[in-house]
Amino acid sequence: MPLNRKIAYINLTTGDIQIKPIPIEIRKKFLGGRGLDAYLLYNNTEKGCDPYGPDNALMVSGGILTATCASATARTHVMAKSPLTGLLGSSNMGGFFAPEMAWAGFHHLVIKGKAKQPSFIYIHNGEIEIRDARDLWGLSVTEAQWAIRDKLGDQEVKSMVCGPAGENLVAWANNMTGIKNAGGRSGMGCVMGSKNLKAVACRGSMDIKIAHPVEALEFNKRFIEQITSAKVSQTQGTLGTPFIWGATNSWGGIRCRNFQYNQCEYADDIEPERIDEICEETMGPYHMAGCFGCQVHCRAQHKIPEGPYAGRYEEGPEYTSQGAFGGETDTPRALTVLVGNHLVDQYGMDNLETGSIISWAMELYEKGILTKKDTDGLDLSFGNDDAVIEMIDRICYRKGWLGDTLAKGGIQASKIIGKDSFKYLIQVKGMSNLHSDERATPGLALNIATGSRGSDHLRSRPAIDLYHLPQDVMRRIYSSPVPYDGPLSSEHTEYIGKPWQVFWHENCYMAVDCLGICKYHTTFLGATLPNFEDWPKVLYYNTGLEMTPRDIWDVAERCNNLERLFNIREGLKRDDPEKGDVLNPRYHTEPTRRGAPDVIGRVIEKDKFLEMRAEFYKHKGCDEYGIPKSETLKRLGIDNEPSHIL
Amino acid sequence: MAKALYIDYQKCTGCRLCELVCAVKHDGISNPSRSRIKVMKWESEGLYVPMSCQQCQDAPCLNVCPVKAISRDEELDRVMVDYDVCIGCRSCVAVCPFGAMSFNIIDKQVFKCDLCDGDPQCVRFCDRKAVDYVSPDEVSIDKKRVAAGRLSKAGKEAAALMAEL
Repeated sequence: MPLNRKIAYINLTTGDIQIKPIPIEIRKKFLGGRGLDAYLLYNNTEKGCDPYGPDNALMVSGGILTATCASATARTHVMAKSPLTGLLGSSNMGGFFAPEMAWAGFHHLVIKGKAKQPSFIYIHNGEIEIRDARDLWGLSVTEAQWAIRDKLGDQEVKSMVCGPAGENLVAWANNMTGIKNAGGRSGMGCVMGSKNLKAVACRGSMDIKIAHPVEALEFNKRFIEQITSAKVSQTQGTLGTPFIWGATNSWGGIRCRNFQYNQCEYADDIEPERIDEICEETMGPYHMAGCFGCQVHCRAQHKIPEGPYAGRYEEGPEYTSQGAFGGETDTPRALTVLVGNHLVDQYGMDNLETGSIISWAMELYEKGILTKKDTDGLDLSFGNDDAVIEMIDRICYRKGWLGDTLAKGGIQASKIIGKDSFKYLIQVKGMSNLHSDERATPGLALNIATGSRGSDHLRSRPAIDLYHLPQDVMRRIYSSPVPYDGPLSSEHTEYIGKPWQVFWHENCYMAVDCLGICKYHTTFLGATLPNFEDWPKVLYYNTGLEMTPRDIWDVAERCNNLERLFNIREGLKRDDPEKGDVLNPRYHTEPTRRGAPDVIGRVIEKDKFLEMRAEFYKHKGCDEYGIPKSETLKRLGIDNEPSHIL
Repeated sequence: MAKALYIDYQKCTGCRLCELVCAVKHDGISNPSRSRIKVMKWESEGLYVPMSCQQCQDAPCLNVCPVKAISRDEELDRVMVDYDVCIGCRSCVAVCPFGAMSFNIIDKQVFKCDLCDGDPQCVRFCDRKAVDYVSPDEVSIDKKRVAAGRLSKAGKEAAALMAEL
C-alpha cells in the first residue's frame, strides 16, 4: 500500500519521540497537509494554551501528494496556535523541504515542549535526533541553513529554520526554508523560537511508492500542460507575482499610506517590468527559479543592485513585498522594496505584517499619536525609505521602545500605545491586512473578514472575481462539485453571489492545502487551472486512494469546520473587533480616493456586508453567530472531536 | 547519428522534476536518489547544474569494468550495463569523471542514464529545455549562433562608442 506513511511526535522537553502510522480512515477524512494538521492541532492542544508556552503544539507536514509523481506539490504546511492572533496559526510554503522530509521517512510531525537549550531536529532515513544548536542561535535564515549542512557534512540537507525574529519572539516571525520560502503570516517561526527550536533538518533517500507509476507519469504530463498552458501561469513564469502588483495598483486595489489611499502613485520604479529588468541585469536572461517539480517557476532571482547590501543574492520580491515596503509606506522605490524584502527573508519575519505594522505606526506618527520621543528621534513620516528599513531592524531585534512594542503584534501594541491607535490598525482577528484594499470588492472583503487565520488572501479569496468572467464560465466553476443555482455576479463591485464564491474558494484552497498542491495551480489565479474534477485522478494514480470530486470537497468542508471549531474554542466571537469576523470600521466609512472609475468613491456597505456574512454562515452550515451547527458537524463526521486517534 | 543529451545549465530553474520523473520512469518509485540525472545546486548564488551521463566515446566506466559488463550500444549511442554480468564492484562509480554512475543502496546496484531507450523523460518534462535531446552537431551550431550574436552586439557597441568620441 503506497500510503504507509508515518507521523512522529517529538517532545522537546523530555526528548521523547514516538512514531505512528497514519491510519487510512484518517487519511480519507483529512487527506494530509493542512487538513490533517487541523485535526492534530485540535487533538493535541488544550483550550486556552499559551501560544508561547511548551504546551502549544507545532505541526509540520507535507500534503498527501507531496513527494509523489504529481507536479507542484512541494508545499510544506505548519500549524500551531498563533502568538499573533491567539487563534489558528497556519502557514504554507513552497521550496524543497516537505518532499525531503517525506523521503526521510515522515509526512507529519507534532512538536511539543521546550528544549532546555537551542536545539535542532535532524531527520535522516527514518531516524530522528534532537541536536545542539547553540552555535546556530543568532544566525540569519540562510546562514543557519548553510551552517547545518556544514555541520552535518551533507550539502543536500533541507532545513526549515527560524531566523533572529523567531528567536526574539517577534509575534509574526516566519518559519523559512531556502532563500525566501516563507511560512508566513501567523508567527510559526515565533512558536519555533519559543520552543528553543532553531531548525528541522531533513535528508532522505527512502522510497515513496507510487500506486500506478505509468499512469501517474502520463497524467502528470497532462496536468503540467493544463497548468502551463494558462496565460496567467506563463506570465507568472516570466515576471513572477510582481505582475499582480502592477495590475492591481494601476486599477486601485493597493493600500497606500496605511489605509488613506487605495493606489500608490509614481510607482514606476517598482512596476513588474522594472523589477524584471533588475533581475535580468543582475542574473542574466534565465532568472526564474522553481520549487520542487514545478514548471511554472515563478520565483525571480536577483542581486541587490546598489547600496549597502549590493551584490547580495535574493529571490522575489513577491507582490506582497512591493505592497509592504513600496505601497503601504508610500516608498515606491525598487531599492527599498528589494532591501526590505531581503531583510525580512534573512530575519525570518512576515513581509506583509511588517509592512502593515510600519505603515500603521507611520499613520500614528502623522496623527501625532506617536511622537519623535516614542521613535527615539526617527522621522517616521510616510515616504521615508530609511525609516522603513530602520524599523524592520528595530522590530526584529526589538530595539527601542517602539521596536519592542510593535514586535508584540498590532493588537498588543495598540493597547500599549493607547489613545486612538486601535482605530487606525487595519487588521482582522489580530492579523494585519495584506497590502491590498478591498473597499471596491465586497467578495474580497468578505474573504478577509472571515479567513480562518485572520486577514489573509490565501484562505478564501475569490481573486478570479476581478476577471469579469462570463456567466457561463462562472456557473461552470461554482456549481461543481456541489450544485449551486443561486445568483452569481461577474461584477466585482457587487454583493450578490459573493458569499457562495467565498465559501467555494474556502473549500478549494483547503483541498489544495490538504493535497499539497500550490494555490497558483488552482482556480485561485485562472479559470482553466486544475480543479476538484482533476484532483481525484492525480490522487488515485499516485496514492491509490479512490475519491470523487465531492469526497474531496467534503474533506475540505470538514477541515474548514475543524479550524472554525478551534478558533471558537480559543475565543472567536462573531462581532468582536479583536477576534471576530469583522472589518476595521474604516472599510465602511472612508471612501476610496483613487483608482479606476469602478473603484473610486467606494466603501463596503455595512448592512450589505452583514447580509453577505450571514449568507456565508448559512452556506458553511453555521448558525447566525457563525458557530457550526451540530447537524453540520454530524454530517461531516466531526461531532466527536477531539477523538484522540492521533 | 543518434541524438545526445544536451544540458544548458543556465536555463535550469532548479525544480528537479527531471529527477522525479527519471526515478518514476525507471523504478516506478518516487525517490530522487534513484534518479539518473541530478541537479547540483549552489542555492546561495541561485546556480543549478543538472548532471547526467555523457555517454563518453572512450568511456572510463566501460574501460575499467573488470568483467566487461559495460558495453556501447551503437544504435542509440549510449553506454549500457549488463546486470547479468555486473558483479557490483563499483569500479565504474569510482572512475566516472562526472559522477554519473551511481549506486543504489536499496537494490545494491550501479545505475546510469539509458536515455529512456530514445525518449528521455527528463527532456520530455523540462519545459525550459535546460535538458534537451538533440543531434550532437546541432549543439555546436546553436552555441555558435549565440556566440556570434554576442560578438556582433559587442562590435556594434564598440562602433557606437567610437562614433561618440
